[in-house]
Amino acid sequence: MTTTTEAAPPQVIPLDATKPRRKLTAYWLLLPGIAWLVVFFAVPLVYQGSTSLQTGSLEQGFKLTWHVATYWDALDEYKWHFVRSFSYAAIATALCLAIGYPLAYTIAFKASRRWRNVILILVIAPFFTSFLIRTLAWKTILSDSGPVVGALNTLHLLSITDAVGLTSGHRVLATPLAVVCGLTYNFLPFMILPLYTSLERIDPRLHEAAGDLYARPFTTFRKVTFPISLPGVVAGTLLTFIPASGDYINAQLLGSPSEQMVGNGIQKQFLNVLDYPTAAALSFILMALILGMVTVYMRKAGTEELV
Amino acid sequence: MTEQLRDAATAGGDVRLTGIGKTYGDFTAVHPLDLTIPQGSFFALLGASGCGKTTTLRMIAGLEEPSCGTVLIGGQDVTALPPYKRPVNTVFQSYALFPHLDIFENVAFGLRRRGKKDVKKQVEEMLDLVELGPFARRKPHQLSGGQQQRVAVARALINHPQVLLLDEPLGALDLKLRRQMQLELKRIQTEVGITFVHVTHDQEEAMTMADTIAVMNSGRVEQLGAPAELYENPATTFVANFLGQSNLIPAEVTGRSGEDLLLSASGVRLAVPAARCTTEATRIHLGIRPEKITIAHASETVPDGRNSLTGTVSDSSFIGVSTQYVVRSEAGQEIAVFEQNMERDTRITPGAPVVLHWNPAHSFGLDAAQAIDAGTGEEAA
Repeated sequence: MTTTTEAAPPQVIPLDATKPRRKLTAYWLLLPGIAWLVVFFAVPLVYQGSTSLQTGSLEQGFKLTWHVATYWDALDEYKWHFVRSFSYAAIATALCLAIGYPLAYTIAFKASRRWRNVILILVIAPFFTSFLIRTLAWKTILSDSGPVVGALNTLHLLSITDAVGLTSGHRVLATPLAVVCGLTYNFLPFMILPLYTSLERIDPRLHEAAGDLYARPFTTFRKVTFPISLPGVVAGTLLTFIPASGDYINAQLLGSPSEQMVGNGIQKQFLNVLDYPTAAALSFILMALILGMVTVYMRKAGTEELV
Repeated sequence: MTEQLRDAATAGGDVRLTGIGKTYGDFTAVHPLDLTIPQGSFFALLGASGCGKTTTLRMIAGLEEPSCGTVLIGGQDVTALPPYKRPVNTVFQSYALFPHLDIFENVAFGLRRRGKKDVKKQVEEMLDLVELGPFARRKPHQLSGGQQQRVAVARALINHPQVLLLDEPLGALDLKLRRQMQLELKRIQTEVGITFVHVTHDQEEAMTMADTIAVMNSGRVEQLGAPAELYENPATTFVANFLGQSNLIPAEVTGRSGEDLLLSASGVRLAVPAARCTTEATRIHLGIRPEKITIAHASETVPDGRNSLTGTVSDSSFIGVSTQYVVRSEAGQEIAVFEQNMERDTRITPGAPVVLHWNPAHSFGLDAAQAIDAGTGEEAA
């Protein structure tokens, strides 16, 4: 008995010693990420916040005067930009989901292992060219003498889109349709990849089980596949909607001044007008609105309920 | 609930497979086979992995399309019907419970799909039958393996299928829980009286639960029968080795004396009842189960009318209820012997000369044209 009590202490000491060290390791691993966030996110955010509350001009210099009215003025001046931003982004997100879900489903469940990789590479292939080049290419595709306008005209579809207000004057370029198309195209991979990841994890036996329990293929999709893939849908829509609503390249290159989005407004205020407080205020309003919408959306989708 | 299930069971009928087979390209998973599974029976398809047992089950469920043949359930040809139109339900390997639904909704799934009323009452009764009432609002991942398994059974049974198909339902459970669930499933089957078709690679499981076992090997049914019948009268070396353990001794038929065939195994004279010999061939494998052999020290005398072999003990291991010996016979063959630990002869230790003897009526004869090590898991490929 005495020998065991004597033998115990040397074992206990190293065990105690390793515990705090293990905890520290976690902090060390977090350090680069935290440093990155502080330097490139937190500091600029505070700086922008203070800029948005300053008054003055470039010549006389800006002073922090807590001038909150800048926000109301910016919101008033750019309210239609906001409306366009969020409606274009919402339509583009819906289109991405409509195009991306069947594709992701096919890759996950229908494609053979070899084809699966090929299709996935094709999905990310556009990333090998720059965003700008791809959007410029769409300018050619949608141009008045291009194939899309020709085809839509032949099918008399442009009359319909003209009537709805998506296009005007029987052309596509410089219309809302062109901007939405550009956004959809550019953000589609951000929808497909999370959808694929969540679909790919679904055990095919769940489909068999649903079929065995009297669910027809479509019911199986509605009651089993889609609900289980909801986390992917939520991730995909967020990854599409958030950057799309802040985007300005598509509106700049594919739209006219009447399709401009908030991003274009911020860009103009920062780089052309040089009204930094208004630009900063616009950025903050955009951020706050997106945050608000995302919070409501996440609540509704109830992702924490899912596996 | 039990009465309702019983009604469903009697309304059903036999499962008849006629000439059913499955090929994948050049590979034949299941050779055309005929099988009748009587209504209300607990039927096991037993075999090693890749023997075609799961494919056969999936063809009954409608999850796999047969390459040839027909499936009849209760007289109705269901060969062309999709799974959701067949009067069968499946308990899947690893259960395939819906992770986004709670236990109640998992069990209610089949009823809701068919627009049944009174779902709440039926689900509650079914959960009581499998003793999971208090867990109705838990998600599958919050339950233990054994509980998930019972949910899978409940989810299938609540639909009152004519046949319940079980695909290795206990494979993911640890040994102790598996034993417990075997008895539980057997209890449920007896209670509801529905035909159970159970696929397993575990011969003990099949023998514990099933009324009838079909032993499958390389896409064919080797032998069909009640567990005791298969164990006592294996028809092939595969069944002899796969179902329990057998000593197979190569021997030659030298003559006949009354009901017995006289044999010579490397010069040792043995006998086997002619009725327990499945072949007319002159070269046979004489089979004897290890627990049917009595081991005695070489100095003891063997009672009359028993087959006997002499040898030396090469290994012995004490496993509580019994001791397992490996004895090397004079002909050089290793023979396994299980001896109950009642009166242990302390002289029987490794190296000791011993005599093995058994009642000839306990042995069986198989055609020597078959591989002697088929079904041992160590056979040459």
